Amino acid sequence: MHLSHTEIPKEYKSHVSRKIFFIIGGLIALCLVFLFSISVGAVRIPVTELLAALSSPLSGRALDAKWHIIIWNIRMPQALTAVVGGAGLAVAGVMMQSILRNPLGSPFTLGISHAAAFGAALSVMIFSGNTTGNGIDPTGIVSPYTTALMAFIASLIATGIIIAISRIRQASPEVMVLTGVALGSLFTAGTMFLQYFADDVQLAAMVFWTFGDVGRANWNELSLMFVVLIGLIVYGFWNRWNYNAIDAGDDTAKGLGVHVSHVRLWGMLAASFMTAVIVAFLGVIGFVGLVCPHMVRRLIGDDYRFLLPGTCIAGGLLLLTADTAARLILAPHILPVSILTAFLGAPVFIYLIIRGTGR
Amino acid sequence: MMLNVNGVSFQYKSTPVLENIQFNVSCHEVVAILGPNGVGKTTLLKCMNAILKPQSGTIAIDGENILSLGPLEIARRLGYVAQKSESSRTTVFDAILLGRRPHIVWRISDHDLLITQAAIHRLNLDHLSLRFINELSGGELQKVSIARALVQEPKVLLLDEPTSSLDLKNQIEILQIVREVAATHDVSAVMTMHNLNMALRYSDKFIFLKGGAVFAAGGPDVITPETIQAVYDVPVEIKNFQGAPVVIPIA
Repeated sequence: MHLSHTEIPKEYKSHVSRKIFFIIGGLIALCLVFLFSISVGAVRIPVTELLAALSSPLSGRALDAKWHIIIWNIRMPQALTAVVGGAGLAVAGVMMQSILRNPLGSPFTLGISHAAAFGAALSVMIFSGNTTGNGIDPTGIVSPYTTALMAFIASLIATGIIIAISRIRQASPEVMVLTGVALGSLFTAGTMFLQYFADDVQLAAMVFWTFGDVGRANWNELSLMFVVLIGLIVYGFWNRWNYNAIDAGDDTAKGLGVHVSHVRLWGMLAASFMTAVIVAFLGVIGFVGLVCPHMVRRLIGDDYRFLLPGTCIAGGLLLLTADTAARLILAPHILPVSILTAFLGAPVFIYLIIRGTGR
Repeated sequence: MMLNVNGVSFQYKSTPVLENIQFNVSCHEVVAILGPNGVGKTTLLKCMNAILKPQSGTIAIDGENILSLGPLEIARRLGYVAQKSESSRTTVFDAILLGRRPHIVWRISDHDLLITQAAIHRLNLDHLSLRFINELSGGELQKVSIARALVQEPKVLLLDEPTSSLDLKNQIEILQIVREVAATHDVSAVMTMHNLNMALRYSDKFIFLKGGAVFAAGGPDVITPETIQAVYDVPVEIKNFQGAPVVIPIA
């Protein structure tokens, strides 16, 4: 090609900077909502005190013990969990949409979340033992780690089935999504079966678990989710050109030297692993992984170089905003965030179906 | 540059599709692969850049067997324009930039951007550069696919029915571009086609497939009523119109 008279068009450069601007804007919004989320609640913490508290490890200034507890033991882990959980679900969703070439791909639509709920219900059934006389706190009857582990195993089984079937049937997008639908209803049926035979306390524990709530995680669980999220983002960003290529069609991608079925399999495994970890610790939080990528696609397009970081930030922002709203909306009652995301997500989901698959 | 396809055979599971395919293509040549539906034209094209792995035979570019290369190395030597291209909310510029993927290590360089811009200019897509490709017409989208294959800087362009869904004007434009690119760059083009007259007008060489094997191959002189009758099972006459041969089916 003759390049001597060619220049990189200015319009393209500004087109790229606009996308970067969107991502930076999202990051700033995330920081602001984060501060707001920590400052509001049953006790309102003034922003000046909050900033002092956040910088206290550096400045060494002593902090009011009451606020120290509220910030570091309650609000900070909850807000960070919302950010990490939202980002994780959204990135898992956007990766699934890409590798399945299907706008309806997400942890929720593939049945992975349902499988986790089944695992949790099963752990309640098996490990709760004699529940008579322990009717006050349904969450206390099984160790949360046992429940999380069972949820995790069940979601890995669901992922395993999806991947196994896709291997037999050449990993076509349709097969994967239909498998997910079948798995979702199978695990829901399993959960209902357990619930029918559970006693009152067990039933309460099972139902409570399905309300996805970011207030549940402690610092250890949060760190684990964070590590997996970082791994997923690095992996996804490394593969960004492969996802762009797959967007152009399988044959085109193969012609560009992309090992399509390989990318698909490992991407599914990575995204499912992230989902399993989040669902195991937080319960079922639907629609974030589905809706968030679509909102970002509208804003900055399908280019995964920008879509991946954009979705990551938007996911954190969305779940953090939803959780802050859920804490305030019926104060002093605190709603689990999953109820709010389902209310917001379902109409968007229906809108996407009506508008068709024009991603 | 010389492309040698030598003794290529391919089967899906136990159904043989291609048997002992053999032909050569030299630099600047445009070659049309012809034959009825289901004869294995697309399969042959996909074997040539190892999207499908032939069970036997070699495909050599300048003496180097591409079947022993990695996928990215193959993609730097052969550009592939698939029959169907998916559209998404990606700009024309970014969609063509994707063709640099076999060359990109971690981040894109100015060189990548310049080549992309040159290809956009070459295919007269300047005015569409920042449009989303899901807003383009079929002909425009096909040009994007060809531009994407061009920025791979390949030695051979493989085009799977590049004109199948296009109107007459776009067919002529696309084939004209393929011809010009082959003439002005160190590249040759191999395309599958259905329209014999378009093939006659824009190709240097013709390969007829029948029953998974090469039935006839060569210059315009291999296009005879007998060959076409044998390959397509349709009686035709070949007339001269303003000095160029025209294939006319006899109903």
